[in-house]
Amino acid sequence: MVSAAPGGIELSGVSRRFGDVVALDDVSLNAAAGSVTGIVGPSGCGKSTLLEIVAGLEEPTGGTVAVEGARAAPARLERCALMPQSDLLLPWRDALGNASVALENAGGGRRRARAEAAPLFARLGLHGFERRRTWELSGGMRQRVAFARTLLAGKDVLLLDEPFGALDAITRAELQAWLRDALRAEPRTTLLVTHDVEEALLVCDRIAVLSARPGRVVLELDGGFGGGERAETIASEPFLEARGRALEALR
Amino acid sequence: MRHVRAHAAWIVVLVALIAAWQAWVRLRGVPQYVLPAPTDVGRTLWDERGPLASAAGVTAREMLAGFAVALGFGLAAAVALHASPTLRRAVYPLLVASQSVPVVAIAPILVIYLGFGLAPKLVIVALVCFFPVTVAALDGFRSVDPEHVRVMRTLRASRTAIFRRVELPWALPSIFTGMRVAASYAAVAALFAEYAGSGAGLGDAMREGTAQYDAPLVGAAVVVLAALALALFGAVTLIERLTIPWARRVE
Repeated sequence: MVSAAPGGIELSGVSRRFGDVVALDDVSLNAAAGSVTGIVGPSGCGKSTLLEIVAGLEEPTGGTVAVEGARAAPARLERCALMPQSDLLLPWRDALGNASVALENAGGGRRRARAEAAPLFARLGLHGFERRRTWELSGGMRQRVAFARTLLAGKDVLLLDEPFGALDAITRAELQAWLRDALRAEPRTTLLVTHDVEEALLVCDRIAVLSARPGRVVLELDGGFGGGERAETIASEPFLEARGRALEALR
Repeated sequence: MRHVRAHAAWIVVLVALIAAWQAWVRLRGVPQYVLPAPTDVGRTLWDERGPLASAAGVTAREMLAGFAVALGFGLAAAVALHASPTLRRAVYPLLVASQSVPVVAIAPILVIYLGFGLAPKLVIVALVCFFPVTVAALDGFRSVDPEHVRVMRTLRASRTAIFRRVELPWALPSIFTGMRVAASYAAVAALFAEYAGSGAGLGDAMREGTAQYDAPLVGAAVVVLAALALALFGAVTLIERLTIPWARRVE
């Protein structure tokens, strides 16, 4: 296995047990700095646990985790921002207020946080939605706001946990292209957890396939299919071949 | 029109009850000192409006002061108990147990300590109102989805920031529920306090009315007290609607 460039994420022999249940078993994974890595696996294979371990919210029971060389949990937490599947927007804040919450947390006041967040908010296609209440936003827009909030934490590492899992197929396809573009404009070391092989192939540079519980890496393959027209890409020979291999490994 | 229909039912029932009461008293010739007719109560409300209004002023002041003190101490206690698990383990069970001490029983003792002025009434109302506020606030703080806290931790939030931006707003609907319960207790608590020893207020008017077999006066005082209780309850509900409009939009 090629060693990750400094600044990436290195998991080596990571396992996690909850009592008798082995959630993750000997997971080794390198994600290069600035790359987007997809983690694909069936439900309940410990994908979310893996992200929480990387984020420093959990400790592995075995193995080591390094985020940009940092091994201690608080140091990892300092470097990672987490985006959950359910957007968890705060209904007492408007859209921009939700996106800028990390800037407020860092200090400096509400007004300044909003002003600082506004340009990126607009660049992510949210212009005009600044003052919308969360319940006025569609599912897709909510996920965009949640992603803006994650980006605006100013962390080097983004951990996206099934970000589009609750969306309908059309919105999902739209947001996959949107996310790819956003990450191209704002490159971050990203782990994208999903159960959708196509999503991983379209959005990610590299993909790790996890087995059912206990989760372990059973296949790694290249992604990077996100360049062209979606309909053409997903019908192309290399895409179908990669998808076939991933689905085979998932079985 | 729908608004009228929503309220029509209880108004009809109320009017029917009053009419039945009136008919019962008049047709059976019930003596006034046993059960005054609604018209007798109404007449007394008008004839004694001066003394009743000043009595209501005294009782309202006791209710409001006690309620405000309970709100302040209750919220402070809930925050402290929420912040420190050790404190919660040490104090919360005792707090719950303290609710089995009837405040009616200690009211006369408080009068001995604090005299016949506002102080003992304030303490009694506050004691009664404190518990629902504290429990509701503490429950509210603790009912926050832990996923919110995890995500906020990756968004640069300190413990204080999480409390301010997530736990406190999240708990507000619950706190208002506690305040409504407390508001409905406040009138009865003030009445108890006045019974225990007072030279003014609606409780004093009732005691006087009872001693003189002036049942219409007692009835009139009850009506005024109920109006005070409803007013405080309504005020809390109104403030809730104005301060947390989002609460009715979520779910």
